[in-house]
Amino acid sequence: MKHLLSIEDMNVQDAIGILDTATELSRINDGQMKKLPTLRGRTVVNLFAEDSTRTRISFEAAAKRLSADVINFSAKGSSISKGESLKDTAMTLQAIGADAVVIRHSASGAAQRLADNQWMSGAVINAGDGTHEHPSQALLDAFTIRKHLGKGSGDLQGLHVAIVGDILHSRVARSNVLLLALLGAKVTLVAPPTLLPIGIDKWPCTVSYDFDSVLPYVDAVMMLRVQQERMTELFFPNAREYSRYYGLNSERMKSLKPASLIMHPGPMNRGLEISAEVADSARSVITEQVSNGVTVRMAILYVLLAGAPLDVGSI
Amino acid sequence: MNVVLSAEDISRALTRISHEILERNHGSSNLVLLGIPTRGAHLALRVAEIMANIEGTTIPCGTLDITLHRDDLRLRPPRSIMPTLIPQSGIEGKDVVLIDDVLFSGRTIRSALDALGEVGRPKTVQLAVLVDRGHRELPIKADFVGKNLPSSLDQSIRVSLTEIDGRDEVVIENRRQS
Repeated sequence: MKHLLSIEDMNVQDAIGILDTATELSRINDGQMKKLPTLRGRTVVNLFAEDSTRTRISFEAAAKRLSADVINFSAKGSSISKGESLKDTAMTLQAIGADAVVIRHSASGAAQRLADNQWMSGAVINAGDGTHEHPSQALLDAFTIRKHLGKGSGDLQGLHVAIVGDILHSRVARSNVLLLALLGAKVTLVAPPTLLPIGIDKWPCTVSYDFDSVLPYVDAVMMLRVQQERMTELFFPNAREYSRYYGLNSERMKSLKPASLIMHPGPMNRGLEISAEVADSARSVITEQVSNGVTVRMAILYVLLAGAPLDVGSI
Repeated sequence: MNVVLSAEDISRALTRISHEILERNHGSSNLVLLGIPTRGAHLALRVAEIMANIEGTTIPCGTLDITLHRDDLRLRPPRSIMPTLIPQSGIEGKDVVLIDDVLFSGRTIRSALDALGEVGRPKTVQLAVLVDRGHRELPIKADFVGKNLPSSLDQSIRVSLTEIDGRDEVVIENRRQS
């Protein structure tokens, strides 16, 4: 693996390799996160052309725990806001000597574009591109599920996961569906028809419009944020109605199996797709997802950066 | 190809090493054994078992992966990380015995000392290896050696253990085979 661009071009071995690496890393860390010398002298650039809290700090923490040098820059306060192109930005990064670029961009395919062109020789890690993919999130979600419900290693054969809410605008949903299916889990998407993308029948999952009929059978339920900032038209009559049909509240939580997990990639709209009681309940692993995020991103950086550089058509 | 240690030889060597470790440390009360994956980890378990039979108590035994501390990471394709399992008792103030299959350049052990430093501060660190083949690149020496095997750099030493390879054997072979 040279880049991490999407789950779509990943195979089972790569995915399990990253998850296993993360498992070993979490065992070493074991609560007390110590610094490891592994990536000393390597430079990781966080290029965030779109807002982010979790992903950015989590990649930063991951890189720092592996002793890499981290350069953060976001669109605001950089030349991107003056209209500098992705190409020029990439060439600047190459000149600085970036070994890896973690890119978050509002345009789908931005990471792919960065990797496909010869603008820079480092590894490209997609940290979310438009409504396309968010592979590191899917990996940390799979890691969290595997830790709780899997045998601790191997794949997710036999598990059933529901992904609920704004599928249309969600790169998390796409990456998760592809990865969970790749690892052998059954995935059901639950959403109003207006929030499902065209071509959903080609995805490796089933679709339901009725949350209550799915809930009692799943091992994990992943709530998605209603992405109001990407909504240019009216997708549901009002927030109260959405919440009534597709929100996870304590009443609905009762129909879940006792061991089922409640997940959310964050940021949450409390009271809309998930109620505060559910988000803070004992079965919610939402904050654990964040800490697992650091471990999984360490694993990603390790797999991409620790070994000898691969000479696959790079400069 | 030349078999230098048979299954019986390996078993005798491990028994002797176990006795030597116990003698040097005046018993097993403060000992912790750490095997370096993969084969060192299995050797550590065997030594722990032999010691348990001699002493009549269980000996804390774990594994210490050194991958993240290697200095040659960038020279080779990515390696997968192996488990690090530190016994409940920890290593603080203990006499730690590192166990590995072959001692060669000494770089693995240097990395192991770094990795150990992350875990805690043992009272002493000792080193036991099944085979010492020479060609050290660092000032590192084993305290307990199964067999000294002076070898040429053209030769490779292959340790096979039942747990992984289906049989116990150490062979020496010439790397450039026609």
